[in-house]
Amino acid sequence: MKTTYKVAITIAIIALVVASAFAYQYLENSATAQKVTLNGAGSTFIFPLVDKWAAEYHKIKPNVQINYQGIGSGGGIQQHIEKTVYFAGTDAPLTAAQAAKAPNTLHIPITIGGVVVIYNLPGIGKGLKFTGEILAEIYLGKITKWNDARLAAINPGISLPDQPITVVHRSDGSGTTFIWTSFLSDFSPEWKETVGRGTSVNWPTGIGGKGSDGVTALVQQTPYSIGYVEFTYAMVNNLTYGYVQNAAGEFIEPSIESIAKAAQYAAVTLPRGDASWSNVSIVDSLANNTQAHGAYPITSFSYIIVYKELNVLPNMNEATAKALVDFLWWAVHDGQNYAPGLYYVPLPSNVVANDEQTIRMITFNGQQLHK
Amino acid sequence: MKISQKVFPFFCNLNIKFILQLNHFKGDDIFKLVSALVASSIFLLLGLMVYELVKGSWLSIQTFGLNFIVGTKWDPAVSKVFGALPLILGTLVTSAIALLIGIPISLGVGLALSEYMPKKFGLAVSFLVELLAAVPSVIYGLWGIFVLIPFLRNHVYPYLQTAFGFIPIFSGPIYGGGVLTGGIVLAIMIIPTVSAVMRDVFLTVPNSQREAMIALGATKWETTKTVISYARSGVIGAIILGLGRAVGETMAITMVIGNKFQVWPSSLFDAWYTMAAIIANELLEATYDLYISALINVGLVLLFVALIINILARLIVWRTLRFTRGIARE
Repeated sequence: MKTTYKVAITIAIIALVVASAFAYQYLENSATAQKVTLNGAGSTFIFPLVDKWAAEYHKIKPNVQINYQGIGSGGGIQQHIEKTVYFAGTDAPLTAAQAAKAPNTLHIPITIGGVVVIYNLPGIGKGLKFTGEILAEIYLGKITKWNDARLAAINPGISLPDQPITVVHRSDGSGTTFIWTSFLSDFSPEWKETVGRGTSVNWPTGIGGKGSDGVTALVQQTPYSIGYVEFTYAMVNNLTYGYVQNAAGEFIEPSIESIAKAAQYAAVTLPRGDASWSNVSIVDSLANNTQAHGAYPITSFSYIIVYKELNVLPNMNEATAKALVDFLWWAVHDGQNYAPGLYYVPLPSNVVANDEQTIRMITFNGQQLHK
Repeated sequence: MKISQKVFPFFCNLNIKFILQLNHFKGDDIFKLVSALVASSIFLLLGLMVYELVKGSWLSIQTFGLNFIVGTKWDPAVSKVFGALPLILGTLVTSAIALLIGIPISLGVGLALSEYMPKKFGLAVSFLVELLAAVPSVIYGLWGIFVLIPFLRNHVYPYLQTAFGFIPIFSGPIYGGGVLTGGIVLAIMIIPTVSAVMRDVFLTVPNSQREAMIALGATKWETTKTVISYARSGVIGAIILGLGRAVGETMAITMVIGNKFQVWPSSLFDAWYTMAAIIANELLEATYDLYISALINVGLVLLFVALIINILARLIVWRTLRFTRGIARE
């Protein structure tokens, strides 16, 4: 008899706990009926910016939660194709093959990135000058010493050491490597044919560091080394960087202004948001533009990609679709003000105009969401 | 009220019935069934893993066949040819270095804790050793980059080179990261696990063994040798466990090895690459099907390499065991 009593009490307690859990969930649901979570994933490069936006946007629209995971551009594109996220971030536009798997994808350039040359030369500060040809030769293993005649010729007045160059590259697949190898391909036919462009390539020489921090650590610890990292990363960590020659023949210091200028020149020929973007490359367009004065040549857009018709996504409803479009509109306008503080490059006005057109194309069940 | 009145007797009946059934069947039979199911799930798991890996790498297997294993080129951008030989060699050599450094140290730690140190001190040290085993590998990697690499490059490798530079494996440029650094980090990572297991194994050796040796007039060292010999199968188990961790280690090794894809490094200071490292590095940004398939294929090869070295290790161990047992009998 005593045991049955105990069992009864135990069951009563369990029932109470379960009931209160249900009640809590019910209350929570009714209190936040309008709550919208926008799930996105992709590029790690734009993660700090999107993270900042998520916090700031939540202050303006408390019912909207932005959940962006920096899993890499490749992962982001994969999730976009599988329709498991509402928006994806990528440092490279979709290739023709990827676009075929995700028809009706819109490209929205959301910020601009630059890749800078960093080096560790004891006694030599920032501003060593490089050209695309010379960088390609260094990364091909053809220029092996710092006091090479070609490097000395464009750096008069700097006594370059008679030391072998230790080449450092990214070991992990990354958009930074894609931009970097695109640039080298444009300025060296040999690079283009033997190594090519990609998120990972078959490096002819050098050692690989994992991530921007891995490359930076290797360069900072290894005297007479050279590497490349994103502009934002170099600025935040106060790294010693070089100037790079553009097609106009000027040696350009990487800065928010010179990178924005590069995007501005490239934006003149941007396609419509729903057209194919697979060939869009600031690096390529600047490589032939001898009039692009003041533009830093190793520059690239980062994109947010979304479906043109949002009803293709499972679990999508009109309120969420509207919230997504409102957020994107905010990101390309007010959101850009947060970019310089984090050393991101804000979009120039002609790119914003293109983005506005693209965001207006987004529909849910055929209804235009931003008018 | 009504519902609880109905539900309550129902639950009670169920419980009593279940307990009665338990008694009827005997707990032993049920336990036997459950443990058999759990044990056979290992086969199922391994089978599923192989199936998924083969499925994922099918495109690569069709394209390259056996050339994937002997191929020495990894070119995702231009020719789209993938070969994993350098990765296989890199994995094997770094693991071998890790074992070369790690086994003697682990053996020493294990013996010290079980045979030589006072019990309380031994307990304290073994607690710390077990704590080390719980440190995530990315921490070892970061420590490798920021502490170990600068230290080795500035204070160890130059002297190593001046002393042994005439041997080719100690010549060539010193980056800091590289094959030897990778081996050292792996060794540090496997020491806690291996030495903890070894200590436990030595502690299971019955005291009668030690007493018998001492009674025969053996020295402490001779007694210890008997303990090792008695516990050899456990010692070998510990080594295989360590080897398993070294072969599959990913994060730490990719942060310190330099990630250079080449068939054979010019020296111990040169950079290299391992199978696990390239998967971690490139899978996220692999952009086309054949590329992804090639990376999964590396995973498949890694699984088989791990299997083969486990089998080989067992075989070698059995042979040496038979050999030492023969001597002991004489």
